[in-house]
Amino acid sequence: MLEIEIDGKTVSVPAGSTVMDAANRLGIYVPHFCYHKKLSIAANCRMCLVEVEKAPKPLPACATPAANGMKVRTHSDPAVAAQKAVMEFLLINHPLDCPICDQGGECQLQDLSVGYGGGDSRYGEEKRVVPNKNLGALISTDMTRCIHCTRCVRFGQEIAGVMELGMAGRGEHSEIMPFVSKTVDSELSGNMIDLCPVGALTSKPFRYKARGWELSRRKMVSPHCGLGSNLTVQIKNNKVLRVLPFENEEINECWLSDKDRFSYEGLNSPDRLEKPMIKQGGEWREVEWKVALEYVARGLKDISSSHGASAIGALATPHSTLEELHLLQKLMRGIGSENIDFRLRRSDFREAPKLPWLGMKISEIASLDRVLVVGSMLNQDHPLIANRIRQAAKSGLEVNTVNPTSDNFRIKVANRAVVSPSEMAGTLEAILNALSGKGKGEARDIAQSLKSGKSVAILLGNLAEQHPEAARLHYLASRIAEKLGAKFGFLGEAANSVGGHLVKAIPGQGGMNAAEMIENPRKGYLLWNAEVELDMANSGAALAAMERAEMVVAFSPFRHRAYEYADVMLPIAPFTETSGTFVNTEGRVQSFRGAVAPRGETRPGWKVLRVLGNLLDVAGFDYEDSDSVMKEIGISGFASCDNGMQNEPAALPIIDGLQRVGYVPIHFADGIARRAEALQKTALSSVPCAFMNAALMKKLGIGEGEPVLLRQNGGEARINAALDNGLADNCVRVASGHPLTASLGAMFGPISVERL
Amino acid sequence: MLGSESLKKIDKEVAKYPPDQKQSAVMAALRIAQEEKGWLSPETMGFVADYLDMEPIAVFEVASFYNMYNLEPVGKYKITLCTNLPCALSGANDVASYLKEKLGIGFNETTADGKITLKEGECFGSCGYAPVFLLNNRKMCGSLSFAEVDRILAELE
Amino acid sequence: MEQILLKGLEGGKTWRLADYVKRDGYAALKKIFAEKMTPEQVIDEVKKSALRGRGGAGFPTGLKWSFMPRNYEGDKYLVCNSDEGEPGTFKDRDILYHNPHQLIEGMIIAAYAMGIKTGYNYIHGEIFEVYERVDEALEEARAAGFLGENILGSGFSFQLHNHMGYGAYICGEETALLESIEGKKGQPRFKPPFPASFGLYGKPTTINNTETFASVPWIILHGGEKYLELGRPNNGGTKLFSVSGHVNRPGNYEVPLGTPFAKLLELAGGMRGGRKLKACIPGGSSMPVLPGEVMMELDMDYDSIAKAGSYLGSGAVIIMDDTVCMVNALRRLSYFYYEESCGQCTPCREGTGWLYRVVDRIENGKGRNEDLDLLLNMTDNIQGRTICALGDAAAMPVRSFVKHFRDEFQYHIDHQKCIVSS
Repeated sequence: MLEIEIDGKTVSVPAGSTVMDAANRLGIYVPHFCYHKKLSIAANCRMCLVEVEKAPKPLPACATPAANGMKVRTHSDPAVAAQKAVMEFLLINHPLDCPICDQGGECQLQDLSVGYGGGDSRYGEEKRVVPNKNLGALISTDMTRCIHCTRCVRFGQEIAGVMELGMAGRGEHSEIMPFVSKTVDSELSGNMIDLCPVGALTSKPFRYKARGWELSRRKMVSPHCGLGSNLTVQIKNNKVLRVLPFENEEINECWLSDKDRFSYEGLNSPDRLEKPMIKQGGEWREVEWKVALEYVARGLKDISSSHGASAIGALATPHSTLEELHLLQKLMRGIGSENIDFRLRRSDFREAPKLPWLGMKISEIASLDRVLVVGSMLNQDHPLIANRIRQAAKSGLEVNTVNPTSDNFRIKVANRAVVSPSEMAGTLEAILNALSGKGKGEARDIAQSLKSGKSVAILLGNLAEQHPEAARLHYLASRIAEKLGAKFGFLGEAANSVGGHLVKAIPGQGGMNAAEMIENPRKGYLLWNAEVELDMANSGAALAAMERAEMVVAFSPFRHRAYEYADVMLPIAPFTETSGTFVNTEGRVQSFRGAVAPRGETRPGWKVLRVLGNLLDVAGFDYEDSDSVMKEIGISGFASCDNGMQNEPAALPIIDGLQRVGYVPIHFADGIARRAEALQKTALSSVPCAFMNAALMKKLGIGEGEPVLLRQNGGEARINAALDNGLADNCVRVASGHPLTASLGAMFGPISVERL
Repeated sequence: MLGSESLKKIDKEVAKYPPDQKQSAVMAALRIAQEEKGWLSPETMGFVADYLDMEPIAVFEVASFYNMYNLEPVGKYKITLCTNLPCALSGANDVASYLKEKLGIGFNETTADGKITLKEGECFGSCGYAPVFLLNNRKMCGSLSFAEVDRILAELE
Repeated sequence: MEQILLKGLEGGKTWRLADYVKRDGYAALKKIFAEKMTPEQVIDEVKKSALRGRGGAGFPTGLKWSFMPRNYEGDKYLVCNSDEGEPGTFKDRDILYHNPHQLIEGMIIAAYAMGIKTGYNYIHGEIFEVYERVDEALEEARAAGFLGENILGSGFSFQLHNHMGYGAYICGEETALLESIEGKKGQPRFKPPFPASFGLYGKPTTINNTETFASVPWIILHGGEKYLELGRPNNGGTKLFSVSGHVNRPGNYEVPLGTPFAKLLELAGGMRGGRKLKACIPGGSSMPVLPGEVMMELDMDYDSIAKAGSYLGSGAVIIMDDTVCMVNALRRLSYFYYEESCGQCTPCREGTGWLYRVVDRIENGKGRNEDLDLLLNMTDNIQGRTICALGDAAAMPVRSFVKHFRDEFQYHIDHQKCIVSS
């Protein structure tokens, strides 16, 4: 430890600390722009110049190593003179257009210019004008305001893992820009907006919507991936106008994925369902809640009395709140049906994990030195967990993958086994065997990497969970972990992938799981947030099942395709309009309060279920508030989870012909994101293609960009072919969760491709 | 995208550096590409980026930082005249006026026939031979008098 | 007068290996191996010579070499800074073109002294013909076994490559140069860490100027003390002075450090047209200008020039006679720094443009009364506040021109025209 004195206060800091670190420790604010605790040190803005005793000139606090006995003055006359001089230089070419700048009121330059800027300018020359850049749908630019701190550039290089912006040119002519007309396309791009200390990079969707000080703020939890990012939701006139990260070092750090940040636009979408609706005689009409719920209760009772309660099934998305999932299962069990499931994209239920979770704290990823990721589009499915792995990989974490694709996630991957989905289990077996010495190829390399580690984890991703042999992948992966003494876990797909298990929103004895409810169509369905053609493992079959049912009740914030197949549509609140709880992939229980009043006649889901429970005469539905629901659930802090399984599931036969590799593109994973206008305009939301490697394209006589007809289980889709040379042989990578491919069948399994 | 001769030269440059430091050859690669193509189009820079496993913007940063790269097409001959102080003390500004008048173009312009582009340069580190200009980034022409300028221009085809 | 760097060179035709060997070339290297001199002994000899870095900063070379971590496992690098682009400076170019093997030998010796296996010579982009010649010389040295594996059977190996700049003055700054070799923009790094601990590719690296390396073989062959005796205490050896501007014979002159300026001027053929010496920049454009009458009293060594308020820098002597408008001269220099600022840090990126624009205004008859104080205050705000020395380099000419020739600037402001031409 070093002892250093700043502004007369002494502090001890570890060797390698900078003066800025020491000042932060003391709570002394040193003005700065380019410095950011998560980025490398650039020392380019010079705003943090401080006086250091015995140094002949002022030194930048951000870059100057603390030394024992060092005496620093951050606010002495020489320090302030240097800081003021820098501020003058920063402002001479800055347009000073605060009144029309979106950053106004929350601008670091504006704030610091109050303390360090002059009342008028000595600069009488012509000012610089810099052309704006089109960075895509999310980031708006006013490059004349840029102060060249390079935070955005460093963010790309160091955090996002892809350098999409650079500082081109030199001297006064330096400009932050992408290459030619490229846009910024990483799934973390919005963080550049937060990092920009001026109004050069601002939020495009939020542009000119409101001033920072007009917004009220609520702390919330993201409803998307399993991370449970903490959000600051910003509101004006009962409308969510912006979402920013709420810093939580243990979860999202100071970052958000673009999905977490920009999907709020979906909350304000014109697709919102605002009133309960009933379809009678083929016509939809708006009704009062009372009418609608009585209609539903009557319908369910009718089905129950004529076909038995097991003719009714409930399907909820894992993005639903814990309270909703709890009440829904309680309702179903109350009316005598065990048919409830929230694992909508799962297809292999032979041996389901008891209570799958990450198997460790999210923050523990940083200390891993070896990891095996099985079946995951890591950065698309878990943008910020991917980032933790990316950062760890820079300091020695060896990343190994088993996937049908070679996507590198912008992470340094040490070894990758690229095999078709039906060969994945075999590959895990080979790795398991190679741990005891035998083996060849990638399996051996991966085994060797894993064996050489001291802190190892085996992680199963969304693809592994959705895989037709999910249970076997689980079994083999856990065996590998066991043998290595490694951590073993699941990268939770959605906000409540853990929570749904905790409240048993899964079938009990004699009940049907999600797949069975589709394979054996029910007479009545309760769809909780679920858009079956987009949210389920077998979209085509799910649609068919809905069309055959007597009564489908769609509880959703959106007027979705249920319009075609449902009988009742009930507007339930999205996360911002209800209190609720998500349990993230590490088992962390996070509750939140609604941020805005429900839109139109929308009602919080838990209240709707309370009324329905009472209408159906189910006992114990007299909750006063959502807290009392949580009290009944009885969990807080960290939930105890269990990744164990009992028996070894048998291997399925290898598929000879073409196989589909299904995946859910990042902005199509849930209803809110699907309706977020700007997100849907990004490169990551582009129209799905049928990706194949060059060998397969050649074999099929298909060229890049040519239209193809895909067939699967009687369903068809027409999309264009595209090249992905990283794909395993005989694989066709086709998105699910997208309307264009909704009529296809299962996410995995045989598929045929014809040239159109 | 680049001819095999150029690629061979680039490979030779890459070999100078440690195997995991291919990027070190980017300046040479851009120079070699420019010698083949005359200037660095976005396609050429994109190709170099691919060839050296770099992000295209990282290549562009380099191409736009060092001022001997041509980011726009130039004439068959590029004359870069140093006008810095030591050259100016030895008549560089007179040579500049003479060149401009003779070619009918200003700095950063190209003659109508596309033959000659005139550029103003910064110090070449050859002040003892002032005034100097650089022909196509390669040939240094020094001790320029009007007669010497005439002679050099006459030799350009 | 003893010459070390330009000795025996005849009209640029004696640069080849065979010629160099005739001039005792590679004898120093052979001596090291024959006498089994240890790396420490080599460094000691260089220390004794009081050789100071010839690139401009004048840092003692032997001391710099001793900073390299001795027992570092892994790669270390040796880099030669031949990125000569400081207005007025053209000495390294002549060493490289006329005497390349002396540099190569110097670098091999340095590599041996610091246990380095790989070196790069970063050559200014604009001197392509020079680059090609050094490339040829490297081939000769490799073929003769002076470079490569197991040099002269000594067990010591060293590879040396040329790296070409492509038009950026800032790459003469050593950490910008390292960035440039790494294939990036030449933006200087913040120091610490210094190259000796975190240099090329993050590895320990020593960087010296061409002239510095080229002085080493003589020091080893004849001894550090003999080299020191050539110059003055603390200012050992000979120095190449690049004399440019208003003299009859511009060119490089190798003289012992401490030679009177008047003598150097005489060597360069005296003032062109017999005009009066008005001003001189004694160490390259980044160093403060001195009035002619001050210069005529000075000796050309680091300490004498520093005492007079300027620096010997790279030894580039820019001579200006009484026809020169000092405002116009400064305008051109300020434009240079404005043009060559890398743009990384605020005071330099913004300040060099501001300096240039104000000087340009004064030159063009649009000066304001407050401009001169503004200029001086701006230089206060740039100097010592930037990542590298370019900020200082841009400030020093402005300060010194205004200091020594303030009347001329004031006349421009008051009369909207130049006192020299009117």
